[in-house]
Amino acid sequence: MNLDIAASRREGAAPGKHAAAMKIAVRHLDFFYGNFQALKDINLDVAQRRVTAFIGPSGCGKSTLLRTFNRMYSLYPAQRATGEIVFNGRNVLDSGVDLNLLRARVGMVFQKPTPFPMSIYDNIAFGVRLYEKLSQREMDERVEWALIKAAMWDESKDKLKQSGMALSGGQQQRLCIARAVSVKPEVLLLDEPTSALDPISTAKIEELISELKNDYTIAIVTHNMQQAARVSDYTAYMYLGELIEFGATDEIFLRPNRKETEDYITGRFG
Amino acid sequence: MNEHTYKQFDAEMEEIRSGVMAMGGLVETQLARAIASLRQPDLDQIDAVAADEQAINQMQVNIDQQCTQIIARRQPTAIDLRMVLTTVKIVNELERIGDEIKKIAYKAQQMQRPEGLSTVRLHEITRAAELAEDNLQLALDSFARLDVGAAAQVVSNDEAIDAAFLAILRQLISYMMEDPRTITPALEIVFIAKSIERIGDHAKNIVENVVHVVKGKDVRHATAEEIRAQLGQ
Repeated sequence: MNLDIAASRREGAAPGKHAAAMKIAVRHLDFFYGNFQALKDINLDVAQRRVTAFIGPSGCGKSTLLRTFNRMYSLYPAQRATGEIVFNGRNVLDSGVDLNLLRARVGMVFQKPTPFPMSIYDNIAFGVRLYEKLSQREMDERVEWALIKAAMWDESKDKLKQSGMALSGGQQQRLCIARAVSVKPEVLLLDEPTSALDPISTAKIEELISELKNDYTIAIVTHNMQQAARVSDYTAYMYLGELIEFGATDEIFLRPNRKETEDYITGRFG
Repeated sequence: MNEHTYKQFDAEMEEIRSGVMAMGGLVETQLARAIASLRQPDLDQIDAVAADEQAINQMQVNIDQQCTQIIARRQPTAIDLRMVLTTVKIVNELERIGDEIKKIAYKAQQMQRPEGLSTVRLHEITRAAELAEDNLQLALDSFARLDVGAAAQVVSNDEAIDAAFLAILRQLISYMMEDPRTITPALEIVFIAKSIERIGDHAKNIVENVVHVVKGKDVRHATAEEIRAQLGQ
């Protein structure tokens, strides 16, 4: 991908000591739910093979921002975005973008685990069949690979034919991550992936995030600030649709530049 | 600084803060007693210094425990985290100042006071002790107000205390070379002067920690000039 280093220094570049190539460049992004403006002139870079966390109080626009990266909002007619989100050299907001292909490249996992009402195997194979024609053997390998990537293989290899709905919440969520990974995306968007899970399942998902960032660019929205501190390399603090501060997580949690950020992460908010 | 959403968190932070100030106040009182006993040995004062030292040790243990509790229960971040970590370090500095003061008081009690040495040198170490006392007060004020205006001043004062220590040492060495009978009392004065010099160092460490809380900058091992530059003074 083209790296416009000068531009990334100029505005919104992922700063800090671990300078990494950028994967997604957001420029002057505005977002509207009908007449309501939910995002205001957002500029930032999502670094490649790093974890970028979005934090902020409810309604700050962090999930909205995540949903622009794969045009999830296009499902709803009254929602629109203007500006640029450059991914692989192309503005994903352009009308000509193939949304199915985009969503295969930019996978998403939601707050509530959403396994399909089918077997564990088919939960994964279903998505793969949409994009690729694989032989049975290749599909078996792909399912195994995805389950290994999602740290699910050992506990599911003997029950691949069982329903995905019968798994525990934490396992269901890892199955959803396996499903997202199975189509070999470049970016994984995680929208509060552990907020419905117990602490042990949460720890497993967090451990998984650290593993996955070796291969994928990850953007995570979380209400749990300690989780952002634990798993991310960069943290963005948003408030009322604006990006207030964006920086290396090491810096944000020790000495944020903006008082608003400090008030929020130290629990002095509202 | 706004209040925390959890009011109990505010109360806990205030508790460690006021704990440090109470501990600092006691160390100041203890130092004043030790300086008084340098001028005029007084067994009651020396007993009081020893009792203060015990109380200071206990305060250190208590405040450390409170800080550990806050870390375990609240997971503080940013300025709160810097405050808790710094508090642990500052109470450690204060505890060590308490130890040095006790040494000064004990030496003051044991000290033989031959003519010549006692009149000239005692005046100088009392003066150095007062410099250290002033510096400690500046450092504790800067913690109480979370104001780093005096930080560079504390560091340059410490340099003056170091210089005073070296001057005392050089003069005592001359005495000892001239008259070996002065070696024992001169060494006792050296120990006292060294303790005073250490108090100056600890006061400097305290103010450096306050800079870390307030500005998030690490100015340990920096000169007064470098600190001024970093703080834009």
